[in-house]
Amino acid sequence: MNKKMSLREAFGKALVKIGRNRKDFVVFDADVAGGTGTYHFRDTFPERFFQFGIAEQNMFAAAAGFSTLGITPIVTTYAVFASMRAIEQVRNSIAYPKLNVKIVASHPGLDTGPDGATHQAVEDLAIYRAIPNMVVISPADPVEVEKATEAILDYPGPVYMRTGRSPVPIIFDENYKFEIGRANTILEGEDVSLFATGIMLHRALEVAQYLRKYGIYCEVVNISTLKPLDKETIIRSAIKTKAVITMEDHNVIGGLAGAISEVLSYYEPTLMRTIGIKDCFGESGEPNDLAKKYHLDRDSIIKIVEETVAIKNKFMRGRKWKDLKIKYPSLLAQVEE
Amino acid sequence: MDKLYQKATKLRKLVLQMIHQAGSGHPGGSLSAVDIITVLYFYEMRIDSKNPNWENRDRFVLSKGHACPALYAALAEKGFFPKKDLFSLRKINSRLQGHPDMLTTPGVEMSTGSLGQGFSAAIGMALAGKYIGKNFRVYVLLGDGELDEGEVWEGAMCASHYELDNLVAIIDYNGLQSDNYNTKTMNFEPLVEKWKAFNWYTLEIDGHNIPQIVNAFNRAKRLKRKPTVIVAHTVKGKGVSFMEDNPKWHGSLAPDDEQLKIALDELDGKELITNE
Ligand SMILES: Cc1ncc(C[n+]2csc(CCOP(=O)(O)OP(=O)(O)O)c2C)c(N)n1
Ligand SMILES: [Mg+2]
Repeated sequence: MNKKMSLREAFGKALVKIGRNRKDFVVFDADVAGGTGTYHFRDTFPERFFQFGIAEQNMFAAAAGFSTLGITPIVTTYAVFASMRAIEQVRNSIAYPKLNVKIVASHPGLDTGPDGATHQAVEDLAIYRAIPNMVVISPADPVEVEKATEAILDYPGPVYMRTGRSPVPIIFDENYKFEIGRANTILEGEDVSLFATGIMLHRALEVAQYLRKYGIYCEVVNISTLKPLDKETIIRSAIKTKAVITMEDHNVIGGLAGAISEVLSYYEPTLMRTIGIKDCFGESGEPNDLAKKYHLDRDSIIKIVEETVAIKNKFMRGRKWKDLKIKYPSLLAQVEE
Repeated sequence: MDKLYQKATKLRKLVLQMIHQAGSGHPGGSLSAVDIITVLYFYEMRIDSKNPNWENRDRFVLSKGHACPALYAALAEKGFFPKKDLFSLRKINSRLQGHPDMLTTPGVEMSTGSLGQGFSAAIGMALAGKYIGKNFRVYVLLGDGELDEGEVWEGAMCASHYELDNLVAIIDYNGLQSDNYNTKTMNFEPLVEKWKAFNWYTLEIDGHNIPQIVNAFNRAKRLKRKPTVIVAHTVKGKGVSFMEDNPKWHGSLAPDDEQLKIALDELDGKELITNE
């Protein structure tokens, strides 16, 4: 975990690498190639790179039309614009007719940093998840970004994929297998399941390794496909650990927390806590400072893991929430929030 | 030319009957577009209903998707699907959705209905045509009210930037939009000058005069290195006196039995077209 690279940079490089072997895709940009990493592709394959100017609505609907000719457009911009400025174009012109358009967006979550709230998408996963026919992917590291880029090009239909802005550790090696719709269990454990997506995975792993020394065994599962969700892996893990924590750099409403609740409340109601942005906008700052302030950092995660395991082990069995409230008022206040 | 006029009359009758049976729809904007759609499908475009996915076919996108009864009537006449299907418009389990759906209706090139988007999709098709080196042409029909959408002007810039001379946009300039006249809703004049300023070739015609429509398409083929827009002056509800230029008949409503009879009488005095 020494080398670092941002997911957008990884994406830009992957496009060039993949682009050398396959000619069946082009890249669309709305004047943010420097920010999304696609400048690598632009500089290598200028004739396969289409500039649409700062006009996202036209770009997305044009991608729909373009794709009908059998060449796949990879449409790129920041997640805020991909998920809100042009979302109705995505919904009506791409998702409804199930067209083969790949949407890859950088600048998700607080990881976006100093640009501040206008550029930090905290709702893109929720929005895209709610659109029928969409596949929603949030890879965890540069290796997974490359594998996912190839996989989405092989998949015939609309896909939304999130990258990231700030450098993150490389977790996987070349043997890592990515498959759309499959969650990978990275670390096995019995005490609690950490379901992480995107850049939260490396934090989950760090915490899991740290807590092992104190006798808490976390199971770490990489949920890189939010839709379709790998229900089986999630339910199996929940049955095994009986306590789950979701981790995302995204609003806790509608994203990973929402997706996991939907599955577990139906099949396997389980004690669950959520780590993510608590329904508020971000602000300017370095990603690490923001992570601390908004409780997405290592220390905040450790605290929640300990609390969750404590609730599971000591209090859940045979107790009522009412009794818990008396003993752990602060904890319950959070639960009821 | 007479044949095309007859075809247009037939399409108008079908449109009225379809909307009558459906119980809702957009008669005004369907009727104003009939002559343009007739020329496209029965004169201008290289298409093959036996082979709807033929790679080199010309493409038509109905960006003002609410006028789909006119498109469906043309497609059925062309043989893309049985004519009896026309009377399932807007009903459950129908292949004819209230707005065009490319997945369920053979011959429909793009799902539309949200104004502004079909125009961009057509630009994408024209751009892809150039990219893969095919010489099919792309036609896209917009409403005049549709021009309120900012996306249209994003697209207008984009199409001339990429010198899409394989693209022809037609504006169904019927002067009315949903609620009222364009001028009362949101004035977009001077219109031809706007398209000129966006670096398009502009042609202005009477959108119910078939020779003029034919000539405009022929001219457009000779115009290179820029896209062409045909501003077609039309009458909303054309062909049915009580619907003409009357905002009430935009939609969503249907002629009742009595109104249908009057309308068909006015068109050519002949009977209903039956389901066979
Ligand atoms: C984005 C969007 N906004 C609103 C509507 C609702 N709508 C349907 S038709 C229409 C009026 C369209 O006027 P115009 O483009 O002039 O069409 P025509 O007169 O040819 O029927 C409106 C507002 C829509 N379909 N799409
Ligand atoms: Mg109009």
